[in-house]
Amino acid sequence: MVTRTGASEPVAGGADRGSWCGQCGEPVDGADHARCARRSDLEPPRWCVHCRRRMKVQVTPGAWTASCIEHGSIERSTWSS
Amino acid sequence: MTAQVTGTDILDVAREQVLERGVPLSQEQIAQVMRTGDDQLEALLALAHEVRMKYQGPAVEVEGIVSLKTGGCPEDCHFCSQSGQFTSPVRSVWLNIPELVRAAQQTAATGASEFCIVAAVRGPDEKLMQQMREGVAAIKAAVDIHVAASLGMLTQAQVDELVDMGVHRYNHNLEAGRSYFPQVVTTHSFDERLDTCRMVKESGMELCCGGLVGMGESIEQRAELAAQLGELEPHEVPLNFLNPRPGTPFGDLEPMESADALRTIAAFRLALPRTILRYAGGRELTLGDLGTRDGLLGGINAVIVGNYLTTLGRDPKEDLALLDELEMPIKALNETL
Repeated sequence: MVTRTGASEPVAGGADRGSWCGQCGEPVDGADHARCARRSDLEPPRWCVHCRRRMKVQVTPGAWTASCIEHGSIERSTWSS
Repeated sequence: MTAQVTGTDILDVAREQVLERGVPLSQEQIAQVMRTGDDQLEALLALAHEVRMKYQGPAVEVEGIVSLKTGGCPEDCHFCSQSGQFTSPVRSVWLNIPELVRAAQQTAATGASEFCIVAAVRGPDEKLMQQMREGVAAIKAAVDIHVAASLGMLTQAQVDELVDMGVHRYNHNLEAGRSYFPQVVTTHSFDERLDTCRMVKESGMELCCGGLVGMGESIEQRAELAAQLGELEPHEVPLNFLNPRPGTPFGDLEPMESADALRTIAAFRLALPRTILRYAGGRELTLGDLGTRDGLLGGINAVIVGNYLTTLGRDPKEDLALLDELEMPIKALNETL
């Protein structure tokens, strides 16, 4: 199950990628984030892609939730149905 | 004069000593096993597998873990992204009881028999103990699964209360061998860790106690960890491979080579023939899919299913399919390995 409330894709890349990389917290433009994209297989995002705030991240056995106080939360299931 | 023990010799010794007589390897012997070459790896893994099958059987214990309180830890374990002393991006967060129960239900749905509640603390305060009282009771009311806990260093009163709650197993790792421990943690001592482990053992709870490898320790120090775990005789040993975390003192270390990781698994099995040996954190990074399979055929007989505390794991379907392919049944809830 995926629920989204206000946050865009939290990793570098994607249509609405924001200005900051969710993995490393550095600007999306002008840097290579290929390693960040690979890392996202084993890491939830830590930085809000819109404002670079550190997010509160909760990992559970089957999902993660990342919350930015300004831009909302995103939850991702990591288990196939 | 003692003859130099070669790679082949130490495997012959281990076969006779561990497999046939059930006597664990000594610290020096463990180090010899860890020094064997890649040409001996296949034979080493096969021997460790034989030992596991003889003393533990084919079943695999499956466990899920969840972080009840993440981040903001006052301790300085150099491998850990949850220490408040480092510039890690991990922020402090608490899991609420409904989400805790949901995580236990998810875990149980995989066939797992263990669900471990973990908190990033030096030791539990009253707020955490109250969360545990409510959380363990809520899980037990909703899910048929053993509840384990990992809450740092305990007082005797806290040990007794966890027993009263019905906590089945308590995790408290040694993290590293005694001689390397001061390079890993400076805010508490190896002996303080041992104190909690001993109290847990005497309480009737099962002790889960392991450590990490790949933190820059020498082969001798890695063997020392295995031997010291052997002396402690825990019910379970979780074996973690360092996953270097950004912002931590060990953040720039390279992940361990997979062949070294597999040798370590096999050596730990030969040091701990009758102990549950669990894949814990870092296996995805260090071993990948192929290495995961090799480890299950080289001494491992327990896995953590799904995600870890702050990082993500494999999809449980992949692990469960692998166990099925290897004809390793999942340990039932009331089965003893």
